[in-house]
Amino acid sequence: MSPGNLNGEILEIRSLSAAYENVLALNNVTLSLRRGEILGLIGPNGSGKTTLIRVLSGILKPKEGKVLINNLDITSYSPPQRARVLAVVPQARHLGGAFSVEQTVLLGRTAYLGFLGRPSKKDLEKTAWAMEQTSVDHLAKRKLAEISGGEQQRVLLARALAQDTPVLLLDEPTNHLDLRYQVSLLSLLKSLVKQQNLTVLMALHDLNQVAGNADRVALLVEGRLHSVGFPEEVLIPEFIQEAYQTQVEIILHPRTGVQYILPRT
Amino acid sequence: MLKRSYLVVTGLLLFAFILSIALGAVYISPGNALRILLGKMPWLEFAQTWPDYFETILWEIRLPHTILVALTGAALAGSGAAFQGLFRNPLADPYLIGVASGAGLGAIAIMSFPHAGRYLIPAGAFLGALGTIFSVYALAKVGRIVPLTTLILAGVAIGSFTSAMTSFLMLMSDQMVLQAMGFLLGGSTVAGWEPLKIALPYFSLGITLLIFSGHSLNVLQFGEEQAQQLGVDVEKIKLFVIVSASLTTAAAVSFSGVIGFIGLVVPHVIRLIWGGDYKKLLPLSIIGGGSTLLVSDLMARITLAPRTLPVGIVTALIGAPFFLWILRRAKREVFW
Repeated sequence: MSPGNLNGEILEIRSLSAAYENVLALNNVTLSLRRGEILGLIGPNGSGKTTLIRVLSGILKPKEGKVLINNLDITSYSPPQRARVLAVVPQARHLGGAFSVEQTVLLGRTAYLGFLGRPSKKDLEKTAWAMEQTSVDHLAKRKLAEISGGEQQRVLLARALAQDTPVLLLDEPTNHLDLRYQVSLLSLLKSLVKQQNLTVLMALHDLNQVAGNADRVALLVEGRLHSVGFPEEVLIPEFIQEAYQTQVEIILHPRTGVQYILPRT
Repeated sequence: MLKRSYLVVTGLLLFAFILSIALGAVYISPGNALRILLGKMPWLEFAQTWPDYFETILWEIRLPHTILVALTGAALAGSGAAFQGLFRNPLADPYLIGVASGAGLGAIAIMSFPHAGRYLIPAGAFLGALGTIFSVYALAKVGRIVPLTTLILAGVAIGSFTSAMTSFLMLMSDQMVLQAMGFLLGGSTVAGWEPLKIALPYFSLGITLLIFSGHSLNVLQFGEEQAQQLGVDVEKIKLFVIVSASLTTAAAVSFSGVIGFIGLVVPHVIRLIWGGDYKKLLPLSIIGGGSTLLVSDLMARITLAPRTLPVGIVTALIGAPFFLWILRRAKREVFW
């Protein structure tokens, strides 16, 4: 979808500021996500990436400005309503270790369940589908405490997919994954975006993963939106050096033409 | 389909139930006890081979006592499991975190008014339990989590305070000291069907609400932030769990006194055997708590027969070493 198509906006962030106690963590950020795109969110540690995800998912209230999903203010959604339009893949920690993989993925259906939490046939089907997509189906009966960090990260992705939402937010999803699963997670996301017109916002540390997989890139520096645009517009030496205080050079992949960011030594 | 776990705990409950109505200062054989009980059914007829007073003992004393003890155990184990899920902490127990003492204070406060009716005792206990849980929670919270150490420390602090208040109230009205002492040690001072009729609605309401909390507690095990992202109104379900667990604790304390460790030991054993899914853990703990307290109560009644020990002494003697064992395990945090 072309970046100029304004009708396709599903999530709009307008002049958003957010703070912990009185420390400003996001400062006047304006950004929108279009249906069917992957937006890579980059920035140094402490630049506000996780804070942005926490505001978008309703955990942290905006101090100023607002967030609209499908033209409705995020604060007007009830928790289950919000969980049916927006799912979050957190970093793998704070996991209830006593739960099996299958039980955990099934919790993604919480917003669809009745009071007693009895899953319907559709809930079980979505759960099975999500586990299959993320290749954790063979671990279904294992306890979370018994599987590796990378496997846990995929279980969290499966749980978010089971939520069956048009918008997916991911916080460092490739952190604990080895090369094989980094590649397979990113290509899974790309194919889901294509198949289901999913909209993805993912915070990533690896700039090269962003360059190769994001449709657009937003760069946060000290809580402000430094720049946003196509990867080749944002991932340029001047911006990276400004944001990360590190000298880099950029080379183009000889076959794909994707840019590679290398620290200059 | 009935799962094996439910068959096992229900079987244990029936077994403990029959022992509890049969054994005591007067021995009635379990077979005869069952025959007397079932003979009350209009369509069953047994030839009477026992003296008439067996029927009186069984029907007027042992049966109501046994039902009350089973309900108390169920309430304590169920609220223990719920508090553990709420605090995400394996050591939360209505006794250890001070909620039971708080309920005890509320109950004694009502008792110390000479004209207050007995039916007000559960309401006093409920208020005492709620007050305690909110204070302990506020004291124990560090940021967004409730760590093991601060929870126990806050429970001990608030528990000492409520115990001191309770002692003070007892000394102020000395004619009730003995009655209250027995009450606080977990010796059920009430007998017969009348108190059971008052107790039943409280127990049924509390236990039903607890069973409804299963799914919410499951989601909370991933932390409040993830629970909210999964579509749960976290503050609302926390309040729901707190109110139902406090109500259940208060019911147990009002009718049976302060009994420790059932709420700790039973859910822990169930969790070790059948896992941490609260939709199963809660009902299994409730049934298992009933049988565990029945057995403890039986030991309290027969070890020094015809004297009866307060059952709180028995549960503490068994529970305290168990608590230390869990504490050692919890340090490794394998299952949490």
